[in-house]
Amino acid sequence: MTGTLFDKIWDAHLVAQRADGRDLVYIDRHVLHELHAPHAFEQLEKQRRPVRRPDLTFSMQDHTVATRPGRDDSTNPSGAAFIKAMREGSRRNDIRVFDIDDPEQGISHVVAPELGMVLPGATHAVPDSHASTVGGLGALAFGCGTTELAHILATQVMALRRPKRMLIRLEGRLGPQVTAKDVALRIIAELGVAGARGHVVEYAGAAVRTMPIESRMTLCNLNIEMGGRSGFVAPDDSTFSWIAGRPFAPQGVFWERALAHWRTLKSDDDAAFDREHVLDCSSLEPQITWGTDPSQVLGISGRVPDPSAVDPSRRAATESALAYMGLAPGMALAGLPVDRVFIGSCTNSRLPDLLAAAEVVRGRRVAEGVVAMVVPGSTSVKRAAEAAGLDRVFRDAGFFWGESGCSMCAGGNGDRGEPGERCVSTTNRNFEHRQGPKVRTHLVSPATAAATALAGRIADVRQVFAGQA
Amino acid sequence: MQPFTRHTGIAVPLIGDDINTDQIAPVQAMRQLKPDYRTLLFMRARRHDDGSENPDFVLNKPQFRQPGILVTGHNFGAGSSREAAVWGMLANDIRVIVARSFADIYRENCLQNGLLPIVLAAGAADAFEQRVVAVNGASPFTVDLESQRITGPGGPDIAFDLPAADRMRLLEGLDDIGLTLKHADEIAGWERRIAADQPWLQSAADHRT
Repeated sequence: MTGTLFDKIWDAHLVAQRADGRDLVYIDRHVLHELHAPHAFEQLEKQRRPVRRPDLTFSMQDHTVATRPGRDDSTNPSGAAFIKAMREGSRRNDIRVFDIDDPEQGISHVVAPELGMVLPGATHAVPDSHASTVGGLGALAFGCGTTELAHILATQVMALRRPKRMLIRLEGRLGPQVTAKDVALRIIAELGVAGARGHVVEYAGAAVRTMPIESRMTLCNLNIEMGGRSGFVAPDDSTFSWIAGRPFAPQGVFWERALAHWRTLKSDDDAAFDREHVLDCSSLEPQITWGTDPSQVLGISGRVPDPSAVDPSRRAATESALAYMGLAPGMALAGLPVDRVFIGSCTNSRLPDLLAAAEVVRGRRVAEGVVAMVVPGSTSVKRAAEAAGLDRVFRDAGFFWGESGCSMCAGGNGDRGEPGERCVSTTNRNFEHRQGPKVRTHLVSPATAAATALAGRIADVRQVFAGQA
Repeated sequence: MQPFTRHTGIAVPLIGDDINTDQIAPVQAMRQLKPDYRTLLFMRARRHDDGSENPDFVLNKPQFRQPGILVTGHNFGAGSSREAAVWGMLANDIRVIVARSFADIYRENCLQNGLLPIVLAAGAADAFEQRVVAVNGASPFTVDLESQRITGPGGPDIAFDLPAADRMRLLEGLDDIGLTLKHADEIAGWERRIAADQPWLQSAADHRT
């Protein structure tokens, strides 16, 4: 029998088909966060239904937590009710909560993999659209809303319609200072914000195989920005060695059995995909968004579009994006002054992201007038970064070094820009007002963000290393 | 879940593609566990910076103050999975969204809440949109899920198609968890089988403790 890895994982988790024709797909790991879980706890309690598998469920405090050192529940006043409801709801339901002061607190999509909760070939659900971040380890992950979250708590399955399959092959070798973030932005630019709607994407090809696991997570994280239902990279030896020894990963004889199984997890050579897309990464330069959706992307040396020259169906959207972003048709982005730089979020807040940024920053200073922040993706990442001295590198340069959380990605914790500010950010969405009312967001890699903070202008990070900055 | 059989209401043309959940329900409006879902809907588009109403936004126009049906473009509900973007519709008595396509998670969230997500094919979508714009809120349309038809001013009935499974659940207002729990034995059986075959999946123990 031949098939895609997606179909193999789906079929292996298919419990039953429901009367209405939906597949009941078992969820091996369920990770919650405080912005949505309290409502689901309440729904279940009204229905007097228990949580079926609290032992496979974990609670994270990430969306509303303050990043200020010495924070507590109410440092972000509007977060306190969420944090408390999460803590109490989790305790009532016997779910382990990684609370605001837990040494392993952090963003759900960062914490679950780093603790070994995410396994190849396993299914994973989070009430958050960036759930597929953990696809970087070969897990099949689904984002969902609050009512579906309650459904998973009560049943440990999701009732789904089987999505279609897409293969994205990334060929070639990435140039210096070109990262998974740049690759993902280019893919979204080519396929559009709805390009993967209804599909589960398997990322394959030489460029993926050489990517470290954290980069694969960045790649899979952005899958939702083109509407993908899920996205993953088939596991390989680097996946297995990355997982080995993590506290929630299988150990001893179970590790050996798991490993033997994981080595079988791949799409067959003649597996049929509903769509295929190929990107040659060799000539890619660092990428940056110019507009108000993540498909409005340029190479760092590029110029923003002229609405009169684009397809008529995109003209109005282009004009409106340029107006919001305060850009003139045809202008270059490189050299544009910025007010704020943010390095963090489930997209780009793991240790290698911070290392890449620190490499650029080391021994230099943030430009006068620029507010620059680094927010590690987890308290564990923060600790590891501090052990490597990265906090000093950032602080000495004038960056704010924060406590872990989602922070400025969506501003749910009060971290946000001021109206009209131009913010260069390693996050995942450049939607209007997302990082604060009227804030103009440009999405980039950590290295590009770091170079931009130093220059005070949108910068080509390759020039920092060429000694031209 | 409240059942959906038919709904009559003013159809509001919110013409545009890729309208995302940050626009529909901004996260900054969700500062309380129970925000006012009625005023949260399209909050930024509805109000100027000084808090006054933006009279140009379609839902603020006098003829659309009591909406019932939202008519929009491709990829409606893209972005975040936040269900407030559906609850905000219901709080404004919008029970039907007619779009050219929906983002996957948003469509699921609609189905979970008795908000009917209708996708019309290109030709029918063009025709319906023109009629909605032309009637400009002067008289309502009726959406009937049993017959899968939209009736209203300006032309013949418009047929739409919803997968039978989703239709049944909406029509009967079925409790989704209850529907799944009819398979409780199969879920338990799957767990027993996997606990033997792939025990690492059925245990998420912290090996340090």
